Amino acid sequence: MRIGSIEDLDAIRREYRMKLYYPETIKVNIGMASCGIASGAKVSLEKAKNAFSGRNGVKVNQTGCIGFCEEEPLVEIFGAGKPRVIYKKITEDKILDTIQDYTEGNFNKKWILGQMNDPRSLLEGDIPNPMTDVTSLDEIPFLEDIPFYNKQFKIALRNCGYIDPDSIEEYITRGGYLAFVKALVDMDQKEIIQEIKDSGLRGRGGGGFLTGRKWETCAGHDGNRYIICNADEGDPGAYMDRSILESDPHSVIEGMLIAAAAIGSSQGFIYVRNEYPLAVKRLITAIKAAEKYGLLGKNIAGFDFNFNIKISTGAGAFVCGESTALMASLEGQVGRPRAKYVHTVEKGFRQSPSNLNNVETYANVPVILLKGAKNYAKIGADGSKGTKVFSLVGKIKNTGLVEIPMGLSLRDIVFDIGGGVPKKKKFKAVQTGGPSGGCIPEQFLDLGVDFDELNKVGSIMGSGGMIVMDQDTCMVDVARYFLDFLQEESCGQCTPCREGIKQMLDILTAICNGHGQGGDIERLGRLGNMIKKASLCGLGTSAPNPVLTTILYFRDEYELHIKDKKCPAGVCKPLFHYEIDRNACTGCTLCAKRCPEGAITGEKKKPHNLVQEKCIKCGICYDTCKFNAVVVK
Amino acid sequence: MNAIDPSRPEQYADVEIDYMALDKIIEEDFYNNKENLIMIIQAIQRRYNYLPEPSLKYIAAKMGVPLSRIFGIATFYSTFSLEPRGRNIISICLGTACHVRGGERVRERIEGSLNIKDGETTDEQRFTLETVRCIGCCSLGPVVKINEDVHGHISSDQVEKIMDRYE
Repeated sequence: MRIGSIEDLDAIRREYRMKLYYPETIKVNIGMASCGIASGAKVSLEKAKNAFSGRNGVKVNQTGCIGFCEEEPLVEIFGAGKPRVIYKKITEDKILDTIQDYTEGNFNKKWILGQMNDPRSLLEGDIPNPMTDVTSLDEIPFLEDIPFYNKQFKIALRNCGYIDPDSIEEYITRGGYLAFVKALVDMDQKEIIQEIKDSGLRGRGGGGFLTGRKWETCAGHDGNRYIICNADEGDPGAYMDRSILESDPHSVIEGMLIAAAAIGSSQGFIYVRNEYPLAVKRLITAIKAAEKYGLLGKNIAGFDFNFNIKISTGAGAFVCGESTALMASLEGQVGRPRAKYVHTVEKGFRQSPSNLNNVETYANVPVILLKGAKNYAKIGADGSKGTKVFSLVGKIKNTGLVEIPMGLSLRDIVFDIGGGVPKKKKFKAVQTGGPSGGCIPEQFLDLGVDFDELNKVGSIMGSGGMIVMDQDTCMVDVARYFLDFLQEESCGQCTPCREGIKQMLDILTAICNGHGQGGDIERLGRLGNMIKKASLCGLGTSAPNPVLTTILYFRDEYELHIKDKKCPAGVCKPLFHYEIDRNACTGCTLCAKRCPEGAITGEKKKPHNLVQEKCIKCGICYDTCKFNAVVVK
Repeated sequence: MNAIDPSRPEQYADVEIDYMALDKIIEEDFYNNKENLIMIIQAIQRRYNYLPEPSLKYIAAKMGVPLSRIFGIATFYSTFSLEPRGRNIISICLGTACHVRGGERVRERIEGSLNIKDGETTDEQRFTLETVRCIGCCSLGPVVKINEDVHGHISSDQVEKIMDRYE
């Protein structure tokens, strides 16, 4: 069937609404994004399918990721009129018992994360709430009442975890492709662009450029225009784009279609990391399905509008996230950036006008058209409208993907949503913006997170990685880590970046090895400012940020490394050693058992000894001890 | 990325290149289109587990692209290897989240245990060690990926046990 009108979409929605919300059988949805699979979801899925697969009134399905990675594998079970229950940490050994727990109505609280209330449809208000007659359970919290979820607001992640990513029909049932078809029917190019401009949407890939203005400029240049999606999510610690592609690939395709209709383009490209094989697979399935329904290809939806999407896989180069490097790579070249005196919206891919946005930006676009720019602009902060997805990782209790309105404070994100730092350790900093960003210390925790506020404290929004660091994280080592990364990823074209980063890294490595000298901090500052001013592309101009912000906020740690030759966090091996606090040690023998070098000796229930000559400082005893008896000196 | 070591010619001597298969990759799968060069080279690496020199020379001649450009691509992007790799590829994630959770210690342990460094292969071709920057499983950090299996929450004393599972 080819979609030719809004009525065609309505028909699909009516047909699949029942299957999605009121299944005839008990439906078991297993979260099958990369995190879930890595935690064991695939084995659970196979086991459940073998045991039931349509028998005994149970149907087993896959969904994407609902974001709470810490509790993966997550399994949702529901049936018509019955409660929608999300079970947590359901590995292979528990899956059959879990299904039984639901069908027998036991609802073992220990296994349950919460119950889903209304999987808020995009068309809220336009179609009746599909979940009104669901029986809810007492004493089991709704997801939106759980701290991890209650400050979240989902736009880009609206369908993630609710639908089967391989089913275009389920996407359509949740209001998918309606924005695009409506735009084709009701709006001309200028109107679409105006709507995106009015929404205040800024690019979610890091730079924060106004999306509507980018579209307008691109549409203003003549030639074969290209729509490109940047799915080369290279920032270490950020995986929101992977999750969107794996859980809701059609939202990105629809966003690209709207961009193509607005700008006037017939060819799109998705440049996706080779490290994300599942995302590539789901994208291919999604593109084929969209072609089958006539939403990609020729005469789309019966209009004089053609658009195709080609997937291009990267081959592992961080710098290819930069627009000109990405386009060079798309052309089959080495991914080296060029100076941008002519912007890519004028001359980009194949020397033609090219519009590049990232995955999350495209995923926002359909919602803006459906709900209207005004409504969208009500969400978020002054200069940064809408929501942003962050990957909350590192030393934090509730790791996962969170989507929050812009302007929410770091404290809310780290402590309320994230649950704070585990094991009663002390919070030290939160790193945003990946290798181009900075480390934000405790004193700025009340900062509202948006593009402009983060810039003020020397960091950037970046693509949304948020890595929490605690007392055991050495800030000098973190700076060294990022420079090591950037040195490897620098394309080597321009001297300030190629040589400058290397020099800074040499100084930092010396400091971490105990060979720091007076004046090193000043030298790092001078080199950093030079690299910022003189580098060719964004990689170089932002490379010194992690060093400069750590010097600004954690100068005392640098000085301890240089003057006292001490690493108080216990990371830089030449600068610390472990000791056992004889007063705190209970003689539980756990550390002695796990020490790979046999460096810890002692009798049961008596304080243990650590033989310094044998110790390789692997940290296993430090992590193992429950009594804080292993201390960093 | 390691360059070809001229002192060890045996490393690619025993690979037989199936030129019909290369033709299929170049012409049928990727339409002899120079823009698809990176994906063509990826397809060759999937087939041979590395990039045998004769295969690169062949695509250069077949597609009319200078060998220097192909060599440029093969050495610029980190997924490509000009040296044969082991039967099992260990990818240690050193993304930021894994780094702050002790990924570096896991790396030291694996390097020590196999007696190889990043990018190297063990003598009997059992393991190749690679470090990667973020595979997007940050919640499970520190993470080690062996072939297609992701092992999460790894501590350095578990690595040997896990490696034992791979022959």
